[in-house]
Amino acid sequence: MTVLAVAEHRRGELRDVSFELVAAGRELADGFGTDLHVAVVGGDVESFGADLVREGVDAVHTVDYGEEFNHDVAVQAVDALVAELAPRALVAPHSVNGLDYAPAAAERVGYPLVTDAVDLTIDDDLVVTREMYGSKVETTIAVESERAALTIRPGEWPRADRGGDATVEPFAVDIDESAVRSTVTGFEEVAGGDVDIADADVLVSVGRGIEEEENLDIVFELAEALDATVAASRPVVDNGWLPANRQVGQSGTVVAPEMYIAVGISGAVQHVAGMKGADTVVAVNKDPNAPIFDVADYGIVDDLFEVVPALTEQFG
Amino acid sequence: MKVLVTVTDVALVDDEFEIDGLDVDERYLSYDLNEWDEYAVEAAVQLSEAGDDVEVVTATIGPERTEEAIRTALAKGADRAVRVWDDAVAERDLLDAETKATLLAPVVREEEPDLVLSGVQSGDDSFAATGVTLAEQLGYEWAAVVNDLAVDADAGVASVHRELEGGVDELVDVELPAVLTVQTGINDPRYASLRGIRQAQTKPLDVRGLDDLGLDESALASPLRWTATYEPESESEPTVFEGSVDEAADELAGVLREQGVGE
Repeated sequence: MTVLAVAEHRRGELRDVSFELVAAGRELADGFGTDLHVAVVGGDVESFGADLVREGVDAVHTVDYGEEFNHDVAVQAVDALVAELAPRALVAPHSVNGLDYAPAAAERVGYPLVTDAVDLTIDDDLVVTREMYGSKVETTIAVESERAALTIRPGEWPRADRGGDATVEPFAVDIDESAVRSTVTGFEEVAGGDVDIADADVLVSVGRGIEEEENLDIVFELAEALDATVAASRPVVDNGWLPANRQVGQSGTVVAPEMYIAVGISGAVQHVAGMKGADTVVAVNKDPNAPIFDVADYGIVDDLFEVVPALTEQFG
Repeated sequence: MKVLVTVTDVALVDDEFEIDGLDVDERYLSYDLNEWDEYAVEAAVQLSEAGDDVEVVTATIGPERTEEAIRTALAKGADRAVRVWDDAVAERDLLDAETKATLLAPVVREEEPDLVLSGVQSGDDSFAATGVTLAEQLGYEWAAVVNDLAVDADAGVASVHRELEGGVDELVDVELPAVLTVQTGINDPRYASLRGIRQAQTKPLDVRGLDDLGLDESALASPLRWTATYEPESESEPTVFEGSVDEAADELAGVLREQGVGE
């Protein structure tokens, strides 16, 4: 018996969540008393295969087909791997590409699917912890089956270290090209200049509470006084007030600065997933119940339109 | 061309709430059209405005309550609606993605749309899996997390951008018929006009039960069981600076300087 974790890569690199999948997969394998196998589909499978030899992995299967992720290929490859290995559990990342193939793969192989896992326990059944209502509550879902498919939230499990003595073997899949009905034609960097919020030591991050695009001036003034970089939560980017390369969160950039100052950010789960690695978090929000205060070290519960200029003045 | 949009309402939880059994007590919940579906509806209506003879049909799983969200979609320009509900569905604690797809698939098979637009996820349970599961059940092609869309109905292709993490879009051509899951920010959802709201009251809204869909209860069997709900322990208790704005700013500035910020 095995647990099968499917790694993720993009544009020539394994993504970090691949190594988190190994840790989550090992936890499942220990709970079920099985081996852990890891698969990678497409890309530079030779170097990816070598990089996936990590603590806790028993075998790595490399499927050499195509350069970039394609969901039709991924689903066919997982189908073939499941037919061969009959894994007790299948694990994929709750990432944008994970969302693009894991539900279809689970449906095709007939594995019940629970997405966006933040924790798991194995008793008689696998019990998955996930969040609901924008992280206001946690729920547990028991998978009363001999089979289970899971997507795990990035950033919730540690990355498995290199090591161990996993075998790396090519796994041949006869891909039916007539069933590949989508074609990746390229990638596009979202405009916004060469600001790299992942590289900044201090971020002043602005959210929906700023209300209007014109009001961003006070945020930039604070950032300048602190020698900080301006970042944003998703609503600000969706409104077109700041470019997408400033966006912190699950769908934006994951950041871990020394100081993260959240201004008018409520702290939705997708946002917190992108910044909880910060050393120190400061939150300014007029709503004392805003979930951002659950991850903040320091806070001011007041009107940001008064607090931000007052703080800038302190450094004037 | 026909576009089917899946529409759901989502429960919003008050700041202060209590849990009753497996869910938040109904007294602390209010309902609104799912944020992601607002963008999916807008994308569908824009397609209908850009082309001749494009029909937009919404499909919803939910009790009578959801008709408010459905009427909102109709007021914004959808042509008609189908709502799926049944006592056997109402009895279920958990409607997982596979169950939802099983309930929606017969509606899509009957309507035979060229395109199904679905929100990436619902704001309450956030499984983010129904659209792609539905595509697989139907044998439709699909794309998840779409933030740009151009449809060439004659060529039978949708050219879309998928919003990957970290400010990178993937450009992909998807054969129709297809299910696309729509990300927020793809467009600028309109407000319903008064005229639209009036018209919505008279647009067709059909209600279908399991029998109507040719399903029996066994089709809804799921090994997933919702076992508990609780409030998470907060990860930290922040130091909150009180007093006047200037006093609070002064104290916070002290902390920032101690940590070498703004020096």
